[in-house]
Amino acid sequence: MRLAVDRIKCDGHGQCAELLPELIRLDDWGYPIVAQEEIPDRLAPLARRAVSGCPLLALALQRRAG
Amino acid sequence: MTQLLAGRNLALGAEGLAEHVRRLGPLPVPGPSFIEVLERSGLKGRGGAAYQAGMKWRSVEAQSNGAAVVIVNGAEGEPRSLKDRLLMTTRPHLILDGAFLAAKAVRAKQVVLYIGEDHRAAQDSMARALAERTSEERGLVRTAAAPARYVAGASSAAVHLVDAGIATPTTTPPSAHQRGVDGAPTLVQNVETLAQVALIARTGSPTGTHLVTVAGGVSRPGVLEIQSQITIAEAVELAGGPSESAEAVLLGGYFGNWVRAASAWGLPLDHDALRARGLSLGCGVIGVLPGSRCVVCEVAGIMRYLASESSAQCGPCFFGLRALADACTRIAEGGTDHLDLQRLQRWSADVSGRGACHHPDGAVMFLQSALNTFPEEFAGHRAHLRRSA
Repeated sequence: MRLAVDRIKCDGHGQCAELLPELIRLDDWGYPIVAQEEIPDRLAPLARRAVSGCPLLALALQRRAG
Repeated sequence: MTQLLAGRNLALGAEGLAEHVRRLGPLPVPGPSFIEVLERSGLKGRGGAAYQAGMKWRSVEAQSNGAAVVIVNGAEGEPRSLKDRLLMTTRPHLILDGAFLAAKAVRAKQVVLYIGEDHRAAQDSMARALAERTSEERGLVRTAAAPARYVAGASSAAVHLVDAGIATPTTTPPSAHQRGVDGAPTLVQNVETLAQVALIARTGSPTGTHLVTVAGGVSRPGVLEIQSQITIAEAVELAGGPSESAEAVLLGGYFGNWVRAASAWGLPLDHDALRARGLSLGCGVIGVLPGSRCVVCEVAGIMRYLASESSAQCGPCFFGLRALADACTRIAEGGTDHLDLQRLQRWSADVSGRGACHHPDGAVMFLQSALNTFPEEFAGHRAHLRRSA
């Protein structure tokens, strides 16, 4: 699993970076830069919490294709 | 060998259907293996991305179920490019031939002529040509005006305009050929590519020529049809030669690459040869920057334009390109600032790959090409007010 942002939906509320600083940082304008790596198991519950915490439902967990 | 612009003098305007058929013969009925012919021809898209046309057709056909859509892309939003307009106003039937061949090959139920709203002569020419075609062909076609915006020519923006009247890009995947107009697989193809298809259907192979627009510091700027073996120097000569000593060439439009004049002249205008050097013909614009112009100011001006052409949907693109353009302008007007040069690098990395479409990526590639090609100019720029463009 990895994190994916819908760039059009995202308005830079920044909740995700608060909830999951291990994998998400904000750029200079407040928009998330998410790690492209596979989410380690120990962070999976936090990642799910970040996804459900996004006020615009712009963050998702994606199964890697293939 | 037949060329796209063969036939009557271009100044005489559009070639009518009778003359078109007399010159090239009637539109052949494509066999079931026409997509194979297209794949073997190696034809690449002429809108800028140079995607293999055959592969795109194959993918749309495979998912078509007779409901696919063909979008004839004549948006031509690239500021210096004129070649699509010239083709639409002079050889409209080549484009329509290609569009109807595409519609048959991918089993489409609709063909959309997507033409820039400001390109009035092109719209008129295509409409007059369409009126000469059979009622069966006319029944397939509708037209849509592409807003005069840089991003309007992107496939997903074209689909969005046809679907909802808004020419902003949408999140991909799904791409247009997977899920386009009304959810149907949609083939979005540049007008020059379709004109090539019309000739491939008759001769089996593409013409070996490209349409290019030679712009900027040359004596006779405009559109040329060139053999792909010729060099940039030869193309510039065909456009009347440099109007004054040239500093650099911007190859492939605003998403293209800068090359210093000395290294540019010998480059062949061939897709593969350019790609081997990390360059691309892109949309075919060869922009010649005269030596009297300041490259830093020129780059700042184009970055300002690209920032203003963000469709303002994705934060990193809207805010990031604006910040990059501001930093470029500060350097251009106030002189080199090393903090700003560092910001350009950091923000380039931050913005790249973070839009729904490739607009931010293209703008960042343009900027990086400028920084890599003109390191001394950016490192030692003296304060002066940017010239108006």
